[in-house]
Amino acid sequence: MFRFAIKMLFGDNAKFYGILLGLGFASLLIAQQASIFVGLMSRTFAFIGEVGHVDLWVFDPTQSYVDEPKPLRATALPRVRGVTGVAWAAPLYKGLLVATLPDGSRKVCDVVGIDDDTLAGAPAEVVAGSIADLRMPDAVMVEVGSSQQQLRFPADLPPGAVPAPGQVFDPSAPMRPVEIGDIIELNERRARVVGLVRCAETFVAAPTIYTVYSRAVTYAPPSRRVMSTVLVGANEGVAPADLAARIRAETGLEAMQPWDYSMRTLGYWMRETGIPINFGIAIALGFFVGVAIAGQMFYNFTLDNLRYFGAFKAMGASSRLLLGMVALQALVAGVLGLGLGLGAVSAFGLSAAGGKLAFKMLWQIPLIAAGAVLVICVLASVISMWKVVRLDPADVFKGA
Amino acid sequence: MAGATTATDLAIRLRAVEKTFGKGESTVRALRGVDFDVPAGEMTMLVGPSGCGKTTLISILAGLLSRDKGELEVFGQDLNALRRDRLSAWRRDNVGFIFQQFNLVPQLTVAENVSVPLVLKGESVGAAVKKANELLATLGLEGRGKSAPLKLSGGQQQRVAIARALIHEPRLLVCDEPTSALDAELGRRVMSLIRDRSHQHDRAVIVVTHDDRIFHLADRIAQMDDGLIKNIEIRAGSKPL
Ligand SMILES: Nc1ncnc2c1ncn2[C@@H]1O[C@H](COP(=O)(O)OP(=O)(O)OP(=O)(O)O)[C@@H](O)[C@H]1O
Ligand SMILES: [Mg+2]
Repeated sequence: MFRFAIKMLFGDNAKFYGILLGLGFASLLIAQQASIFVGLMSRTFAFIGEVGHVDLWVFDPTQSYVDEPKPLRATALPRVRGVTGVAWAAPLYKGLLVATLPDGSRKVCDVVGIDDDTLAGAPAEVVAGSIADLRMPDAVMVEVGSSQQQLRFPADLPPGAVPAPGQVFDPSAPMRPVEIGDIIELNERRARVVGLVRCAETFVAAPTIYTVYSRAVTYAPPSRRVMSTVLVGANEGVAPADLAARIRAETGLEAMQPWDYSMRTLGYWMRETGIPINFGIAIALGFFVGVAIAGQMFYNFTLDNLRYFGAFKAMGASSRLLLGMVALQALVAGVLGLGLGLGAVSAFGLSAAGGKLAFKMLWQIPLIAAGAVLVICVLASVISMWKVVRLDPADVFKGA
Repeated sequence: MAGATTATDLAIRLRAVEKTFGKGESTVRALRGVDFDVPAGEMTMLVGPSGCGKTTLISILAGLLSRDKGELEVFGQDLNALRRDRLSAWRRDNVGFIFQQFNLVPQLTVAENVSVPLVLKGESVGAAVKKANELLATLGLEGRGKSAPLKLSGGQQQRVAIARALIHEPRLLVCDEPTSALDAELGRRVMSLIRDRSHQHDRAVIVVTHDDRIFHLADRIAQMDDGLIKNIEIRAGSKPL
C-alpha cells in the first residue's frame, strides 16, 4: 500500500508540484536568508581573522566592536609589554581616513597600520609586491577587491604620474583600477602603492589600505590617542586566558582571544542593529509561506483523496496503515521539496561566490531548513491525518 | 463453520436490530428492530423507498457501522464482539464492497485498483496485480490493466469496481445501487456477473437497488420501509429457509 501511497502523490501532478514548489520555496528562503545573514554577520569580525596568529587583542574596555574608534594612549604598548607572560606586543592602527585620488575625487578608506618591526597583523595573501616593501618611503598596499572597484584612476594617467597642478580630468573619460606605482593622498599626505593584497570582505566595505604603523600615525589626524589595539603573543606555556586576566588586572585594558573578540563584535551588531530582526522576519516568512502553500496544498491533496482513503478503510485498511500512507506522502514530499530548495540555494551560493554578496552556508543551515520543512510536513500531515482517522468508513456508501 | 455450510445455511442473522442517529430534536431512528435472515449461496436484493434505512442496514451487517441494539451474526461472528482493528481485519478478509461511486483511485492503474484487497491482505503488489489482470480478463477487460480508470467508460469502470470487490473471494458481497450509473443492458450484464459469484454455498450477496429491471435476477427480495423489513419475496429457484 505504501507503493500506492507514493503513486497517489506523484500521480496528482498539479498538487504534487504545488507541494514541492511550496516546500522548495520555503527551504530556499530559509536557507538562503540564513546563509546571507551568517555571511553578512561574519563580515563584522572578518578583520580579526585576517590578522594572522595572535594570542590576544588588547583594547579599550569600552570598545564593543573591532571597528569602533576608541584609541589607546601610546603608553599602552610598554605597559602591555611589561606584563609577565607577554612574548611580544605590537601596535595596530585601524581607522577610516579620506583618500584623495588624482582626479580630485575622495573616498573613505579603511587604513590599517601594522607594526614596523614585526609586521604583525599583515594580511595572509599578497597578490603583488611584498609586505616588506611597506617599509619603503610613503609605501602602502591596497586590497584588490573593493579597492580596485572604488579607487579608480584616469585611464590615460600612467602609474606613478602626478597630474600637473590645475589639470582637469574629464569625468566621462575611461577609468582604470589602482595599480602598483599609483600615487594617492591620505589626509593630504602622499601614499605610493607598492603592492596588492587580498583580504576578507569587511562589513563597512570601504577599500582597505595597509601601511606600517609609524606611517599610519602620520596619516591619521593628530591626537594623543591613535593606537587602536595592541596585538599580543604569549610566551610558550602561558595560557592565553590566564595572560588576558593578568593584562586586564595590570593595565586596566581589555584583553581577549581572537574568537572571543569576534563574538564581542558580533554581539554588538546583533544587539544594536535591526539586521537579525530583518533576517529573522525573512526566515519566518519562508516558514509561513511553506506552511501556507505546501501545508495547505498537502491538506487539499489529502482531502481530495479522502474518499479513496475511506474506501480503503471500508475494505479493511487499518487506521494505522492509512496514517502511515499519509506520513510517507508527507515525508517524500518533504525530502524532495527540501532537496529542491537546498539545491537552488547551493546553486545560488556557488554563483554568488567571490562576488559582493555575503553568503556563508554553515552546515547547520541545511539542518535548520530541514527542521522547518519537517515541522511544515508534520503540521500538514497531522491535520490531514486527523481527517483520515475521523473518516467514517460507512460514509463510503454516501454520495460524493 | 464455512465447510459445513449448505445451500440453506444462514449467512447473516439479524434480530431486533436498532440504529438511531443523532441526539435530541434531530434524532433519526434509521432501524427500528430489523429481523432479517440472509441465506448463503443466494443473491438477496434490498429494496424500499429513499431514507427507509437500506444503506444503514448493509453498513451494519458489513461491519462498517455498529448497531445500537439487537443481535447480529455474520457467518457466525458477532461483529460487536470485535475490537476496532479486529473488525477492519474481519472486513478485509470477509467482505467485498461495490459502491455507487466506483471510488477507483485515479492515480493508480486499473489493475492496481483491483489488487488493493489482496495487497491489504499482505500479498506483494506484483502477484496481486497479476491476479487482478486475470480476473479483469474474465470480466471482458483484457489488456486494460495498465489503463487509468478515468480513461474507461462508466460500464467498464463499474466492472473494475466489481473485480476489486471479488478479487479476494469474499464470503459477503455488499453492493449499494451498483447499476444506477449504468444503462439497462449494462446493468443486466453486471448483475449476472455478480449473481454468478453468489451461487456458491459459503457466499452471500446483498444488493441494495431501486432498479426494477434487475429484480428478476434476485433469489430473494426484501422489502424495507421506515426502518423495518416488511416483506420477503422468494423468487423461483430459491430454496426456502
Ligand atoms: N450518519 C448519519 N447521521 C444522521 N442520520 C443518518 C445518518 N445516516 C443515515 N441517516 C438517516 O437515517 C435514515 C436512513 O438512511 P439510509 O441512508 O439508510 O436510507 P436509504 O434507504 O439508504 O436511502 P436511499 O435510498 O436514499 O439511499 C435517513 O433518514 C437518513 O437521513
Ligand atoms: Mg442508501
